[in-house]
Amino acid sequence: MTEVVAPTVEAPAAALESRFPGAVTPDARAGYSGYVVAADQLIEVATALRDEMGYDYLSSVTGVDYIADGKLEAVYHACKTTGGPALVLKVQAPREAPVVPSLVNVYPGADFQEREAYDMYGIRFAGHPNLKRILMWEGFAGYPLRKDWKEAYYEGETKPFESRWPGGDFVRAEEKNIFSHNVAYPAGFTPDDWVPESEVSQYPVFDPSTQGEGHGLKTDKLVVNIGPQHPSTHGVFRMLVTLDGETIVNLQPVMGYLHRNHEKIGERNTFLHNMPFTDRLDYISSMSNNLGYALAVEKLMKVKVPERAEYIRVLMVELTRICNHLWAVGFLLNDLGAFFTPALYAIRERELILDFFEATAGSRMMCNYMRFGGVARDLPERIRDDNTLDFLNDMVFNRLPRAIDDLETYLTDNEIIRSRCIGVGVLPPQQAVAFSAAGPLLRASGVAYDLRRADPYSIYDRFDFKVCTRPNGDIYDRYLIRMDEMRESAKICQQVLRDMPTGGDILAGKPAYNVRVPAGESYGRVEGPKGELGFYIVSTGKTNPYRYHVRAPSFINITLLGELCKGHKVADVVAILGSIDIVLGETDR
Amino acid sequence: MYGLGIVKGLWVTVQHFVDTYTDDIRWLSKRYIDPDKLSYRQSSKGKGLFTVQYPEEKLEVPERFRYLPFLLYEEKPDGTKEDRCTSCGICAKVCPPQCIWIERTEDPVTKRPVPAPKAFFIDTDICMNCGYCAEYCPFDAIKMDHDYEIASYDRTGAHVYDKEKLSKPVSYYAGIRPTDYAAEEQARAEAEAKKAARKAR
Amino acid sequence: MTDALENPNYPVPDELKSNVIVTTIDRLYNWGRRSSVWPMMFGLACCAIEMICTAASRYDLSRFGMEVMRPSPRQSDLMIVSGTVTKKMIPVIVRLYNQMPEPKYVMAMGACASGGGPFKEGYNVVSGVDKFIPVDVYVPGCPPTPQALLNGLIKLQEKIDSQSIASVPWYQSGNSEPVPVPLLGPDLIDLRQRPLFNQLAKQPAAQAVTE
Ligand code: SF4
Ligand code: SF4
Repeated sequence: MTEVVAPTVEAPAAALESRFPGAVTPDARAGYSGYVVAADQLIEVATALRDEMGYDYLSSVTGVDYIADGKLEAVYHACKTTGGPALVLKVQAPREAPVVPSLVNVYPGADFQEREAYDMYGIRFAGHPNLKRILMWEGFAGYPLRKDWKEAYYEGETKPFESRWPGGDFVRAEEKNIFSHNVAYPAGFTPDDWVPESEVSQYPVFDPSTQGEGHGLKTDKLVVNIGPQHPSTHGVFRMLVTLDGETIVNLQPVMGYLHRNHEKIGERNTFLHNMPFTDRLDYISSMSNNLGYALAVEKLMKVKVPERAEYIRVLMVELTRICNHLWAVGFLLNDLGAFFTPALYAIRERELILDFFEATAGSRMMCNYMRFGGVARDLPERIRDDNTLDFLNDMVFNRLPRAIDDLETYLTDNEIIRSRCIGVGVLPPQQAVAFSAAGPLLRASGVAYDLRRADPYSIYDRFDFKVCTRPNGDIYDRYLIRMDEMRESAKICQQVLRDMPTGGDILAGKPAYNVRVPAGESYGRVEGPKGELGFYIVSTGKTNPYRYHVRAPSFINITLLGELCKGHKVADVVAILGSIDIVLGETDR
Repeated sequence: MYGLGIVKGLWVTVQHFVDTYTDDIRWLSKRYIDPDKLSYRQSSKGKGLFTVQYPEEKLEVPERFRYLPFLLYEEKPDGTKEDRCTSCGICAKVCPPQCIWIERTEDPVTKRPVPAPKAFFIDTDICMNCGYCAEYCPFDAIKMDHDYEIASYDRTGAHVYDKEKLSKPVSYYAGIRPTDYAAEEQARAEAEAKKAARKAR
Repeated sequence: MTDALENPNYPVPDELKSNVIVTTIDRLYNWGRRSSVWPMMFGLACCAIEMICTAASRYDLSRFGMEVMRPSPRQSDLMIVSGTVTKKMIPVIVRLYNQMPEPKYVMAMGACASGGGPFKEGYNVVSGVDKFIPVDVYVPGCPPTPQALLNGLIKLQEKIDSQSIASVPWYQSGNSEPVPVPLLGPDLIDLRQRPLFNQLAKQPAAQAVTE
């Protein structure tokens, strides 16, 4: 891994200490970095950080439950859009009454992330405009990620469970539960005495009194509920759209319909167990999820990845990016009403890449391919009847560039697409940065922020590629940027195939299933196809992570959806959503 | 000119249409006879859109393809079966969703563990087909199967695989994964040879 | 079919006459239904991606007359539950199921929909969609590959073929009862378990409750 030649954190951070004496102290725990900030000064510190030190981009917000110390900790990762590693800030609060000031006014991108931390840990963010549960529903009992909260099927603190071996007597988890469902209720609960949370209190938009008048006429605003089951949304996602006539005045996303408790399960898993689970985050681009997670753990383990493995990793990840963008473009067109034909052409190319993944990793989608210190297996000899290298060369030199050109001719000049897309859902660059938008969404607004260049990882510094940007930040540019990025990815793949060493190890050390990871925290991030995918890991030196958090680009990008849709028509909502390109597995985790 | 973009797009569709049909006609007589033709059309050289006529023709899965795990047994010359599994429990420990249950055999007299499983269950309703069990098994006793045609009408009985349902002969494994099998056999032979050499010395 | 049966002049015993007509109608009826199973356009998680790939050109669902994915439950015959069923989602799924007209079929695609899948232990995951709605075909796998899904759909067609118009429940008298929609309280509430709740509330000591 290479060091970054960007302004280091030390200089401005030292300034922080002297500017806020007593309120900002370096985090002295072994293996930790960054600063602990006093709760009452957080807003001032964050403002100074943003305005004076260039940390204009809040990458992630999350919580950690240090139950032994009786503390809940809010963890912030701030970065500069000019590049460089993230600066970690922490705010501690007592577990009994955890209150932390909200950063929504400094970094609007903290909005949903703070709600998530509230949902999972019960940290109250004072000053947050809408501090409601986001992944679970209002009225759910307990804060699930707290270390003392146990679910209905709880079996043990950490895996592997004792009951599996040597006395493995098979029982289904539901057979042990009195309701034979995955449920647990507070003592004495009966549905007859229970008053459900009203829709209005959960979703204030339904409250008729909040809807004012417009145009001097007495008009009623209309709230339209879109989803969660809806053909055009990308999965189970719900939007509450307030309309004035046909114009959107407000849009509130509701999510959590695919909340699969990734993080709770991840903290019970061993480090290795988590790898196949990361496949199921953004299930269209499992290889990049694998890489992000592997990087985060490798940072703590300090292993060096063999050359050949690095090249294979980059090859896989870039092919994944092409897959993902093909899918995104195909389905954006689907959302625009070009039902399935563009998607068919995109899927056909994607299938070929999946064939390669399947032949190499064993599964089309759930690759589970990376290991700590390398990859699971070397490239196969053959793919169907072709030699693997011939196949790859044919793909990245001929077939994929041709397919991208083909799509380009097919779609780019199409007048219908242009009139539906140009000028719709415009995202100005300042707003994009403030809302922590990532990936193509950010770059289509003209901000050249790509982690492969901004905070290089793996061996990206060896490749010649461009960080593409587009100036306008509308749907059309978000479509074009994906085309550009596919071309660049193909270029990177070509260089990989040219430079890849032919032999050598693909894994550092022996395959080990019970890795112990040195104590400390680490934040590994990669430029996933959808944006910055980060893994925040706290290890206590055991075989299981103490904290495992995923900074999911799909989740954070969706913070902007309401802003982007305002003033547009209902029909544009699905197009804008499609252009953000979310995957619910990652949004809800 | 307004509309030119649409015309260009339509032209692409026409090309795809023509490609698809010319290819279809070109391979029409051969595809049902020669499976190679099927894989040619699926390769990067194929043109047009192509449909696999499942279930009449099936797209072959690659060797490393993984679906559900299965247990291997050796067929002894006298017709008995010997499990490769020693019930060491590594697969149960390494399984991420913890869907493997193994009961170890105990010697009835000494109460000491015997290296063979008494019972072995995999709940396929939990299994995530990750392949870890096969990857980390030190005895090559559990491997990932290729059989995906296992839809059923009822899951209560059918989806928990017991040892009997899981067990398949080594020859089956050698058939579906010839390269892996050959590599493993070679490694084993080398290890044996080394051991023998050490003993001899 | 034997040649004798193909022969239109073959003498049918009187007591069998009505049955013969039924089987012939059955064949026609089932052929019609099996060749136009319209799935609901409805995806939940990772498995949905494989479902879309199955509908795309390489595997092409339309060979089975299933390409018409209907966004509305009122027009669909088959619900492919493709992915993890969460507690937050299950009320919606049950409601959609209730809205589908008979005859309706449900397919549990993948480990998650069948029995909870890898995320089964999670606090927001339902251990299989069959805990709430009846499932006709289960397709194991995580995710089932397109060919595995097709195999499941063929199994479903076989099931349809085995039904008889004389005995199918939707032509019997009486109305079919909708499945009660579960509620989202402190945890998921299955209203069919009301008696159990009341019984437990009466004897608080004997509860299996965490927290
Ligand atoms: S494939 Fe993975 S999930 Fe399935 S039994 Fe093996 S280790 Fe467990
Ligand atoms: S069965 Fe596997 S692939 Fe399907 S939804 Fe569940 S986790 Fe995803």
